[in-house]
Amino acid sequence: MKIRAQIAMVLNLDKCIGCHTCSVTCKNVWTSREGMEYAWFNNVETKPGIGYPKDWENQNRWKGGWKRKSNGRIEPKIGSKWRVLANIFANPDLPEIDDYYEPFTFDYEHLQKAPELEAFPTARPRSLISGQRMEKIEWGPNWEEILGGEFAKRSKDANFEGVQKEMYGQFENTFMMYLPRLCEHCLNPACVASCPSGAIYKREEDGIVLIDQDKCRGWRMCVSGCPYKKIYYNWSSGKSEKCIMCYPRLEVGQPTVCSETCVGRIRYLGVMLYDADEIENAASAPDDKDLYEAQLKVFKDPNDPAVIAQARLDGVPEAWLEAARQSPVWKMAMEWKVAFPLHPEYRTLPMVWYVPPLSPITAAAEAGKMGTDGGMPDVKSLRIPLRYLANLLTAGDEKPVATALERMLAMRGYMRSKTVDGVIDEVIANKVGLTALQIEEMYRYMAIANYEDRFVIPTTHRETTEDAYDLRGGCGFSFGNGCSSAETNLFGAKTITGKPAKTPMEIA
Amino acid sequence: MASYIHHALFGWYPYLALTVFVLGSIIRFDREQYTWKTGSSQMLRQKQLRMGSNLFHVGILVIFFGHLAGLLTPIWIFDALGVSHGFKQGLAIVVGGLAGLMCLVGIAMLTHRRLFDPRIRATSSFSDTAILLILFAQLLLGLATIPVSLGHMDGHEMVKFMTWAQGVLTLQADAWKQVQDVNIIFKAHLVLGMTIFLVFPFTRLVHVWSAPIWYLGRRGYQIVRTRRNLTPAE
Repeated sequence: MKIRAQIAMVLNLDKCIGCHTCSVTCKNVWTSREGMEYAWFNNVETKPGIGYPKDWENQNRWKGGWKRKSNGRIEPKIGSKWRVLANIFANPDLPEIDDYYEPFTFDYEHLQKAPELEAFPTARPRSLISGQRMEKIEWGPNWEEILGGEFAKRSKDANFEGVQKEMYGQFENTFMMYLPRLCEHCLNPACVASCPSGAIYKREEDGIVLIDQDKCRGWRMCVSGCPYKKIYYNWSSGKSEKCIMCYPRLEVGQPTVCSETCVGRIRYLGVMLYDADEIENAASAPDDKDLYEAQLKVFKDPNDPAVIAQARLDGVPEAWLEAARQSPVWKMAMEWKVAFPLHPEYRTLPMVWYVPPLSPITAAAEAGKMGTDGGMPDVKSLRIPLRYLANLLTAGDEKPVATALERMLAMRGYMRSKTVDGVIDEVIANKVGLTALQIEEMYRYMAIANYEDRFVIPTTHRETTEDAYDLRGGCGFSFGNGCSSAETNLFGAKTITGKPAKTPMEIA
Repeated sequence: MASYIHHALFGWYPYLALTVFVLGSIIRFDREQYTWKTGSSQMLRQKQLRMGSNLFHVGILVIFFGHLAGLLTPIWIFDALGVSHGFKQGLAIVVGGLAGLMCLVGIAMLTHRRLFDPRIRATSSFSDTAILLILFAQLLLGLATIPVSLGHMDGHEMVKFMTWAQGVLTLQADAWKQVQDVNIIFKAHLVLGMTIFLVFPFTRLVHVWSAPIWYLGRRGYQIVRTRRNLTPAE
């Protein structure tokens, strides 16, 4: 056993209103730079839909994630190390920028400078790559917003596997959900595995997966390797970039920007303890449907004295162990089993988990389309949304998803009974395998969702890892020699600071 | 005067080029590693790249290692192995010619793409375009030497180049005299070749140094870094 700690995330999709505040704040902080205009470390997709980049969940096409070989071992789906190197001159599994979208701006200046015209001047789109006029914008980062576009196109969504699409028709107007997506900071990251330079790594202390910008050579294999397509090739710098889990914030105990700014309070950050020695075994589970359960087994109970003892031996700080015991992620994923990994069948053991949305169930219930079971909507009578959610979250295993949805419905029923009727109805809780106390705690965490319950983030003990005395006068976060304001660079580096300020003599 | 120019180009220029090549690469790696990259534009346009890049890279690697082995292997090794100079030259012409044609098709596609695709054109730096055109010119010069070589198949001229290259690397002050009477096409090919070494550290060519063959030797797949266990400050 080798215990490590990771700050994991849970997103409660039941409360996501699709406002994109997470995406926009993230973009403003991290990716509003040349070469990264098209990249969204965090984006929100409307499901069902093919998503961003197009069709990202179709791993027959993109070859992301891992595959289990006949000998029971796993290797990246893009191929063994030999095959990765054989494809190094031209990666056959790389998306083109049009699969994301061609970034654009508008000729705003024309609005101010246009001469007197018969018609109002318009600001027409222009490519941010070639600078050329774009006559028509064909695709964007959120083209399918609120089921935009024809169903025929959206129905290519890979999660419809095993669903008769004609039958889906009856739900077309009731079944819609938002899926905010970011890097999963996996326990078994396929991007790390497919990087031939060894530039991508997982941090032992907090599990964050980062790309060493100096060591990245731009071989682009990570873009293919990541099944979530959450690694972006910066076409300007020639390096790959990804979500950094706002590590400068996490290290000082603050939530990520996307979590902090979420107006729906759907995001949770908490410590999970896991056994690093069990990762490979769990990721090699024979059946795709076993992967969710296998990952649950990798997580270790922070209240177990044996785990605590081993964690101390492995150097997990005391504050992190305490945080693990208070972790909202542990509660949702392990105690109440209402949160699930995104596409466990990719075998990456992702660490950003999702509480499935009740909206398709409640919408159908209100429309009288589903049976009830003792006053509560019968989740299992809604086969199609259930199947869809299971394809998304449990590799097609409907049972755990159904249980989670039932527990969430039970929470509503219990609280309605308590606050409206003034009756504590233990039966509702027991029926879904919980106690009244657990339901009340679920309510506190998932419905009220106070800031200090959502974010339990221990600070990084930087005093033990670096000497702050040496950091005096440093230039903070930058790329390469980003703090140099030299006008010329023999090696083609671009200065972020732009032109250096002129001296008074130069102006005169 | 002609002898002075020859001395400068084939006696001194190689050392200038090699010094800048080595020192420039080290300085760039040391000080500006963020600029050390392949500079791939595949993500902006796949068209022409898959075919062009594969043909170009495979072709140029064969040519590069062919030159390396052909020029720097001491002549006595070939003699000891019983490989005649004429046969060695013939082999070089056939292998180099085929790889050269492969590379030519590839680089033609890549050049067309770089100059005429609006996205690639707009995002290319001066050095990206310049180094591509230099390599293109060098390849054409290299292919143009084949007809000249076919005029003397005894390997005599080839030995001059081997002697020159090995002389330069072993600091023989009069190595330049070996190549002063060869065909002008060869001379142009040599000078441009040394120029490529000279500009190498200032272009995307530095990615050659980073060919990730070590990947094959990586144990397992995962990489974890830690900041723990640093000795605390006194």
